[in-house]
Amino acid sequence: MTIKPASLLPGGNLMGYALLALLLLLVLPLALDLFRLNLIGKYLTYAFVAVGLVLCWGYGGILSLGQGVFFGLGGYAMAMFLKLEASDPESTKIQSTPGIPDFMDWNQLTELPWFWQPFHSFSFTLLAIVLVPAIIAMVIGLAMFTRRVGGVYFAIITQALAAILTILIIGQQGYTGGVNGMTDLRTLMGFDIRTDGAKYLFYYLCVLLLFGCLGLAHYISKSKLGRLLVAMRDKEDRVRFSGYDVAAFKIFVFCMAGVFSAIGGAMFTLQVGFMSPTLVGIVPSIEMVIFCAVGGRLSLIGAVYGALLVNFAKTSFSESFPELWLFAMGGLFIAVVMAFPNGLAGLYNSYVAPHLARLIARWLPATTEPAAVPAIEAKQPQGAQP
Amino acid sequence: MTTTVRHTHQPKRWAKSLLGLAASLAFSATLQAEVNTTGLAVTDTTVKVGILHSVTGTMAISETGSVQAEMLAIEQINAMGGVLGRQIEYIQEDGASDWPTFAEKSKKLLVNDKVAAVFGCWTSASRKAVLPIFEQYNGMLYYPTFYEGLEQSPNVIYTGQEATQQIIAGIDWVVKNKGAKSFYLLGSDYIWPRTSNKIARKHIEKLGLSVVGEEYYPLGHTQFNSVINKIKLKKPDVIYAIVVGGSNVAFYKQLKAAGIDMTKEKPLVLTISVTEDEVLGIGGENMVGAYAAMKYFQSLPNDNNKAFVEAFKARWGKDTVIGDVTQAAYLGPWLWKAAVEKAGSFDIDKVRAASPGIELTTAPEGYVKIHPNHHLWSKTRIGHARADGQYDVVFETEQLIEPNPFPEGYQ
Repeated sequence: MTIKPASLLPGGNLMGYALLALLLLLVLPLALDLFRLNLIGKYLTYAFVAVGLVLCWGYGGILSLGQGVFFGLGGYAMAMFLKLEASDPESTKIQSTPGIPDFMDWNQLTELPWFWQPFHSFSFTLLAIVLVPAIIAMVIGLAMFTRRVGGVYFAIITQALAAILTILIIGQQGYTGGVNGMTDLRTLMGFDIRTDGAKYLFYYLCVLLLFGCLGLAHYISKSKLGRLLVAMRDKEDRVRFSGYDVAAFKIFVFCMAGVFSAIGGAMFTLQVGFMSPTLVGIVPSIEMVIFCAVGGRLSLIGAVYGALLVNFAKTSFSESFPELWLFAMGGLFIAVVMAFPNGLAGLYNSYVAPHLARLIARWLPATTEPAAVPAIEAKQPQGAQP
Repeated sequence: MTTTVRHTHQPKRWAKSLLGLAASLAFSATLQAEVNTTGLAVTDTTVKVGILHSVTGTMAISETGSVQAEMLAIEQINAMGGVLGRQIEYIQEDGASDWPTFAEKSKKLLVNDKVAAVFGCWTSASRKAVLPIFEQYNGMLYYPTFYEGLEQSPNVIYTGQEATQQIIAGIDWVVKNKGAKSFYLLGSDYIWPRTSNKIARKHIEKLGLSVVGEEYYPLGHTQFNSVINKIKLKKPDVIYAIVVGGSNVAFYKQLKAAGIDMTKEKPLVLTISVTEDEVLGIGGENMVGAYAAMKYFQSLPNDNNKAFVEAFKARWGKDTVIGDVTQAAYLGPWLWKAAVEKAGSFDIDKVRAASPGIELTTAPEGYVKIHPNHHLWSKTRIGHARADGQYDVVFETEQLIEPNPFPEGYQ
């Protein structure tokens, strides 16, 4: 197999991933102190959601405004396991009922609810992080896509789901910790998650998992399935008339995006040390779509950069201008949507890539293939789909 | 870049600084080491502290007063010569009404900025989010809000009242003075109202009286008609309301619209969640006649408070109002200063050890003292809402009430 010059470009597949890996695995850990690196780790957990959205929205045309639901499910599953471990009878002996999480005790629960019991097991927890969101996404998908609910209606329904889950979590505070969320998580199988070593470990784990997700998403996008998704997005009826079960593909990609989000949520809990309903609701769900839009909704790598950039801007604006930063963020989003509708990746493709392509073509004169301008991973959608 | 603001309000400071400079040239190394053995952001002339509240988002309206009070206290302390001869510099961070952001910012203050103390947080959720970080990095948080108790961290000084202080005195008062026999408990649905009502219910039942209803609504809820109808049916003597934030506006307006005139006291409304700050949003005319049980009202007639109100208005504008939490936030920097000076050091462990027993005779609320459990001894007052948005103080407990964050039998 010969390497095409285009793939050596930083937006071409190989080089792009290699550069991202270099940045995340080497440059950032060396350049930043642990506090900032931990923040980057937190931003990367949103990148999982954004990558899922590229697949689901950018390729499949399914705009979900409720990815916070899956992020929350993953995060809460992990938090439940950690909370149980932190609530051993010894450290909770001042409670009326020692051995249960503190918020249950405040809410007069006297024993662990049945659905908490299996979260004593780490392997069950890991399974739950992947399977629960997948099953829920499948149920939603079955209910929606087989009835051909799509577009704006689907977006509204996912938003309602995000609202429902938030209300459920806040209302059932005896079982979920309510508005406060699950806090004060300490150890993972006896390993203190608050130490510096743990922070590095989780950061690298997070990067590796993210590359796992990116790889999978990349594979899907390049496969026949990926092309079908794009076809469905642009002309759903034609795909259906060609004999494909459109609903099944949509359900699959929606589940995939849900599982990615859940993995991000679980990594969030591990790195930040708590989980709360503010990460589940409508606002964070929409923010996650914005990360994806800023990165360029057709670019998997762009999604990662989008999540990093927007969150980095959020942190640094808010440190410098505690009272004005929200306006600055709003301005940034408007600018991106108005001026660069295809996000960072679009900007890169139209301005940077052509120059680089010419340079590389000059370095590799032996290659017979012309160094065409590489589009990042997929073509633009037809028309103005959301 | 962070906002670091330095306040120097003393005109003849240059003379002092010259002397200080001479002294510090000679002694800087030893001085520094003596008062700061753990690498906090303390120099020979300055000490850094953090202010961590929401200045954006839904909580901004409540937390702004606390930020203003803390800044005022810091400026006043600086004008008096600072703490251990060091001017206080503050670094303000925005929690943005978002609990993960609070956690992130508190870590930044402790780990990157190495502040000697943090004044901040408002909601229980934000406090719970930062608590593990303060415990892990051994910081000191001065937390101003009245809250549910059930907590006693070595890394927090709670300058507001815990639930039993606020509730029991209030209920005793309506029972004794208003002959109340039946209560309707109502609140926003989260831990503080629920825990408070639990304490209230236990106390009411211990007195042999009855609770005829208990209901909770999500934060931000604005439709209270159904519960108001139930209240009209059950005819309780007292509506015990712990509605929080924006919901208050809807609740009191709808109560009035439903024909319940609070000035007639049939039923009487007793709240522990509406300070002068909230009345600003509700409108004095919708609140007139209600009673509130808390430790501070702006109208308290003592001299400390008169000076405080005057200074606050001079600094932040004559239309500002001061509620219970704002006053509690004002205590934070003063309590910290007293503890640092007693310890002779900024080290967190020494400040912590010096804290129990620290008293403030200059507190606007009168006199406060830090209990070994890190809460304050304080009096509880009953205020009667006036149409102009202020409260008349109609009662105050004779003794300071001992803080009891883990009340026996109330859990």
